[in-house]
Amino acid sequence: MLKAEIYITLKKTISDPQGLTIKHALESLGYKGLQEVRIGKLVTIRLNTGDKKEAKKQVDEMCQKLLANPIIENYSFKIEEVK
Amino acid sequence: MRFGVVVFPGSNCHQDCFYVIENVLNQPVEYIWHKSRDLDSFDCIILPGGFSYGDYLRTGAIAKFSPIMRQISHFAQRGGLVIGICNGFQILLEVRLLPGAMLKNKNLHFICKYVYVKTKNNKTPFTNLYRKNEILKMPIAHNEGNYYIDRDGLKKLKKNRQIVFSYCSQDGDVNKKSNPNGALANIAGIINKKGNVLGMMPHPERSSEEILGSKNGFLIFKSIAKWLRHRKNI
Repeated sequence: MLKAEIYITLKKTISDPQGLTIKHALESLGYKGLQEVRIGKLVTIRLNTGDKKEAKKQVDEMCQKLLANPIIENYSFKIEEVK
Repeated sequence: MRFGVVVFPGSNCHQDCFYVIENVLNQPVEYIWHKSRDLDSFDCIILPGGFSYGDYLRTGAIAKFSPIMRQISHFAQRGGLVIGICNGFQILLEVRLLPGAMLKNKNLHFICKYVYVKTKNNKTPFTNLYRKNEILKMPIAHNEGNYYIDRDGLKKLKKNRQIVFSYCSQDGDVNKKSNPNGALANIAGIINKKGNVLGMMPHPERSSEEILGSKNGFLIFKSIAKWLRHRKNI
């Protein structure tokens, strides 16, 4: 069976107040000088196809139609065999 | 004239909208379940506030695929009036009936309070009874009202006078201090280029009677009625 892991992140040009807050929290824990912290979403999908090429096509479509909003977000994914 | 208020699973401002149209504006109004496919008898569609589909994934992202939304796109193409309030605005952005997108409020809080907005464009079916630059007191109640659009998009909005409401101070200053949620250019409401689809974060249905603390929102509904009456000659 194939499993997709999809990462959705805010575009670089868009400020991420959640990431900023977490950066401050990490710094207050002593992790000084962090360059940047950004938050995204992880979606995992167990697919109904065993064909990697088909899986790639399907997941890309899912991202474009629903999972990501191209105005504010980028997405990337990897597909791997799982038991 | 007939108003329709769309109800999604998770909508929670539909009764307030319905009430204002029926009891304050005194016009016929019906609820439209999101699975409905027939909008022929309506003149104005209201997408109310709330948390359609629990705001899962992104606000409005799943409501986008409700059967009614395809009909609403056709309705808008034919020139029908559509107003999206709060979550309704977020849905209109997701279906691309309006340009841009919503981000989380800059301070990461759900903000529920009265704000002031300036009427930047009073030549629309929704704002024709306001004076230009009239300052309105209306409540906001949202977690994602931080409007975003890219630089070219903002230029187009300005050029086409599509920014209808801007957050401002009580005295009408549009500045960083009077911006509650980080919205780009203090944008609180925009209209499509054609001028028949309006999205706004403040809630006019919660500010349509004095007893609620403000009736500044009511002229939106009254403007719509005036515009429809004029168009239909009734």
